[in-house]
Amino acid sequence: MNASSTNTVSEAPARRRPGLFRTAWRFGRTKVGVVLTGLIVLIAVVGPFIAPYTPTEFVARPFEADAAGAMFGGDNRGRDVLTRFLWGGWTLLLLAGAAAGIGVAAGTVVGIVAGYRRGWVDDVLMRTNDVLLAFPQLIAALLVMSIIGPKVWLIVAVIAVSHMPRVARVIREATRKVIEQDYVKAAEAIGLPRWRIMVVEILPNVTSPLLVELGLRLTYSIGVVAVLGFLGMGLQPPTADWGLMINENRQGMAVQPWAVALPVTAIAILTVGANLITDGLSRAAIGIDRGVEK
Amino acid sequence: MTRLIVVRLFFGALTLWAVSLVVFAATQALPGDAAQLILGRDATPERLAALRDQLNLDQPVAVQYLQWLQGILQGDLGTSFSNRLPVAEYLADPIRSSMTLMGLSALVATPIALFVGAFSALRRDRGFDHASSMGTLVVASIPEFVIGILAILLLGPGGLGLFPSVYARDGGPEQWVLPVLTLALAVAPPIVRMMRATMIEVLESEYVQQARLKGMSERTVLWRHAAPNAIGPVAQVVALQLAWLAGGVVAIEFLFNFPGIGKILMDAIENRDVPLIQAVVLLIAGIYILVNLIADVIGLAANPKVRVANR
Repeated sequence: MNASSTNTVSEAPARRRPGLFRTAWRFGRTKVGVVLTGLIVLIAVVGPFIAPYTPTEFVARPFEADAAGAMFGGDNRGRDVLTRFLWGGWTLLLLAGAAAGIGVAAGTVVGIVAGYRRGWVDDVLMRTNDVLLAFPQLIAALLVMSIIGPKVWLIVAVIAVSHMPRVARVIREATRKVIEQDYVKAAEAIGLPRWRIMVVEILPNVTSPLLVELGLRLTYSIGVVAVLGFLGMGLQPPTADWGLMINENRQGMAVQPWAVALPVTAIAILTVGANLITDGLSRAAIGIDRGVEK
Repeated sequence: MTRLIVVRLFFGALTLWAVSLVVFAATQALPGDAAQLILGRDATPERLAALRDQLNLDQPVAVQYLQWLQGILQGDLGTSFSNRLPVAEYLADPIRSSMTLMGLSALVATPIALFVGAFSALRRDRGFDHASSMGTLVVASIPEFVIGILAILLLGPGGLGLFPSVYARDGGPEQWVLPVLTLALAVAPPIVRMMRATMIEVLESEYVQQARLKGMSERTVLWRHAAPNAIGPVAQVVALQLAWLAGGVVAIEFLFNFPGIGKILMDAIENRDVPLIQAVVLLIAGIYILVNLIADVIGLAANPKVRVANR
């Protein structure tokens, strides 16, 4: 992967922040990741405006593969597959983004507090973390969904909570390295309040692992939101949602593959793209591969 | 080292207990009459009475929990709502199927992953290494059910038609191919990466250099000096991946209609069969914690610093 080969990537967002992003951008994989992710985000955002029908309109017979006027045929109820595909992306992106954002924010707070305060605060927070980590992410989500019922805020909350301990562990490690530094000791010596030290001195110095963590959690969130939809435990019909589309149409996969192939391909490209960006960021941040944890 | 392992075991038991609290609390979180809510539209006076009795709803919460816990410790997981069978009995066959599926996947994935990882390390920064690095990154990012569906689309009835996409009770061995392939692909990437990273580290170490300088054959260097020292960290990752399998099978079993604990869990959720949900979640969390524990112990045992300290 030769970074110096300057491909003219048209959809490159102008990132003003120097340092981590600029270093990450030098890796070819980051560029590929941005293009792939950008493509799917574009489909998800612009899709609803260019869709030929409304998502609940019946235009074909159920599982009709080559219906007139419907490029990719009809789905299990005879709705236009292309329309539902174009409509079904933004919910996934929104839910995954919210879950990753909230989870990383909460995990960062816990991680910095645990790493800075040490002592019993650290012990209590980290032991609570261990309990949360004892649940496989998907199983925890399924347990809560099955009891309370699939609600949108609950999907976000459950995934965010399952991210929190994983993020907290990483940020705590980073914090413990930062607090050894002289500037933190100096801030303590001049009597800055603890919260200010955490916000002004520590937080800006753990942004590298934070961004890597955000990318990683976003990739996992996309996977979990999609799999919940696929298991029928995410968004409910008649919403057009990629995960749900796969669930609804998998029975007819042999006769009408498009209704499954389109969302599946989109999810695959999106997660690969997000992970490529994350990989570029993490290489820039720590110089090594990561992603041992599933 | 023994002390560390004992402490770790203690925390494992504590975690399991905490998980049991969470699973129990999940059913308590329901507002109002739990029995009514659980049964929903299916509520008949008899079912309501049976459920109230089973959950000991007329007693204080602490008593309910202790009785439930006591039952579990004695192997009594309650009675399934939907088919009136004791949960423990009902789960025996699915557990066996799931264990077979997970075992087969691990058996397929581990040796291949170890080989690919070691080979990448030997061919560092050459074509094979780059290809496997990209390949594992791509496969690791895609959710496992998506890998499964892509496999069905390519190799299943709609594609090349090589293998059936749905598990049937009277089907032949070929119906195992796609589920095992999917799970194997899902667990392999981290093992490949860890094996590669560890082997590179070991091959650059001074004792390997020393062995080479002594004039030993490359094969002896590799198998007598390098590989044994790579086993520790890699074994830990293998164990972690096995733990992940416990949760990962759910979506795959659902996809292939495979009669294991994951399928049972999804059916139980559909039927709001609370004792069954509780049992399967506890079981999966239990396996997850246990295998994680084993991974930690392997990690401790394989670390020479820990092994030698305070002997």
